[in-house]
Amino acid sequence: MPVIIPADSVGLVSPQTLHIDTPITLDCGRTLASYDLVYETYGKLNTDKSNAVLICHALSGDHHAAGYHDMDDKKPGWWDTAIGPGKAIDTNYFFVVSLNNLGGCKGSTGPTSINPETGKIYGPDFPIVTVSDWVESQSVLADHLAIQQWAAVVGGSLGGMQAMQWAISQPERLRHALIIAAAPKLSAQNIAFNEVARTAIKSDPDFHDGHYTAHNTLPRHGLGLARMLGHITYLSDVAMGEKFGRALRNDTINYGYDVDFQIESYLRYQSENFVDRFDANTYLLMTKALDYFDPAKEFNDDLTATMAQIKAKCLVVSFSTDWRFSPERSNEIVNAMLNAGTDVTYAEIEAHQGHDAFLMSIGRYIDIFQTYMQKIAAEDGDS
Amino acid sequence: MNLRIDLQIISDWIPDGARVLDLGCGNGTLLTHLQQRNVTGYGLEIDNSKFADCIKAGVNVIQVDLDQGLPQFADQSFDFVILSQTLQAIKRPDFLLQEIARVGKQGIIGFPNFGHWQCRLQLALGGHMPVSRTLPNEWFETPNIHLCTINDFEQLCKNNNIAVLSRSIVNHKHKDTLGTRLLPNLFGQVALYQIKPQ
Repeated sequence: MPVIIPADSVGLVSPQTLHIDTPITLDCGRTLASYDLVYETYGKLNTDKSNAVLICHALSGDHHAAGYHDMDDKKPGWWDTAIGPGKAIDTNYFFVVSLNNLGGCKGSTGPTSINPETGKIYGPDFPIVTVSDWVESQSVLADHLAIQQWAAVVGGSLGGMQAMQWAISQPERLRHALIIAAAPKLSAQNIAFNEVARTAIKSDPDFHDGHYTAHNTLPRHGLGLARMLGHITYLSDVAMGEKFGRALRNDTINYGYDVDFQIESYLRYQSENFVDRFDANTYLLMTKALDYFDPAKEFNDDLTATMAQIKAKCLVVSFSTDWRFSPERSNEIVNAMLNAGTDVTYAEIEAHQGHDAFLMSIGRYIDIFQTYMQKIAAEDGDS
Repeated sequence: MNLRIDLQIISDWIPDGARVLDLGCGNGTLLTHLQQRNVTGYGLEIDNSKFADCIKAGVNVIQVDLDQGLPQFADQSFDFVILSQTLQAIKRPDFLLQEIARVGKQGIIGFPNFGHWQCRLQLALGGHMPVSRTLPNEWFETPNIHLCTINDFEQLCKNNNIAVLSRSIVNHKHKDTLGTRLLPNLFGQVALYQIKPQ
């Protein structure tokens, strides 16, 4: 199904691979002697290299944030609503870098890669990486691209946590952090949801303690369940109600345990679709990276002291019906920043879409996002 | 840029380089103006429809419901806390006044004076809720739920151990006249106060 590429799209893009031979020691204590990072770029880096923007992806995201890989793609990259010529992150001005994080399953070194020491795929033996490890590896990519300082580091959800971590641990290397639909750490409820997802994967008989590839199988059922659960937490009750309500798939109830309601059909479709494009070990790893994220831990659990490290200006955005990382969680970030004297702007966007709202084209959100990015471009022009 | 006169008066009270909190900052006009004098700080505003203006001007704006007070701010953490033309729309003005005195080394408060003769006349002779240039809304649609007079405000300050450092009472053109000087509660339409906890 060929697409006609819209005028505000970055168009056809191809990923690149950076092979890194400098070892990286991870928070867990293990070292990777070498690793690959797969990334895409959109727009052009200017001569003084001051217009670079890093996009950080969330749990199931990857490097393909905007545009199309080929004319047969049904959908553009995952954040095409925000990245492109004339969009919030305007590629006519900015040079955008988007990578697949270390531990991912879309080309960067992760559980599906070959372990050079054994010649076999890592599988469950791939070390657990943290948000700090990601920032470290992303800074290696920045070095490679000769980017001394990002104009902005931008992300939603787990991506927002990376933007926050950048601002805290590499304060000189970014001028702005855009922290969208994030939290300063996970709550017990957040961790509980992740644990249910992990239990679903691990209890699938086809999981084989993570060695499913060696058994030539996939924990389809477990990963599908994990995705179903995740999906429920990404949407609001209102959004689900509006989209599906109690609509029936076949106009009648069956008095049985198969699909009656449209929402059931949708969740099954989402889970089946996901299993074919995502790796179960990577899913486990990503949920752990979320659970472990707690930048204040290094600063005696003092979030204000943590935010006092920040030199970048920050934009924090939350969405009214997001119950995964609710506006209250963004308030914690913002209040700590206010007490630390950080330059921060905070908006809570009225939106019915729940956590997923950060990916959507919502008028007030995009208006604030775009204006903020334009201001960054204007400041850059002045300097 | 020509600043509205009440904002000009507020601006004149704030020294260069001060750290301020502007409660109900709207589109950030005052903070934008103060930035030229190296005044830093934040604007707080519940309605994010004008945030784009603040962002364009480089004003730090935070979406906050002032009815919750200022619990996120430490005691005496700003040189000035400003509340301009917003006091009357707050659920508990007394509570917010205490919060301003707690968070700010000084507070600056501006509000429309409900004791102005036109308001009095409309209620006394017209028998209806006053509508004026500074208070243009009908009673059923007004966001102004706690209107007060100059005397009421000064009494509230007294009850809360808050000292008035200076006061500026002006008419609807935001001018200071003989009337506003002699009988401020009758002729003043906009009142501005510089306050400090005692």
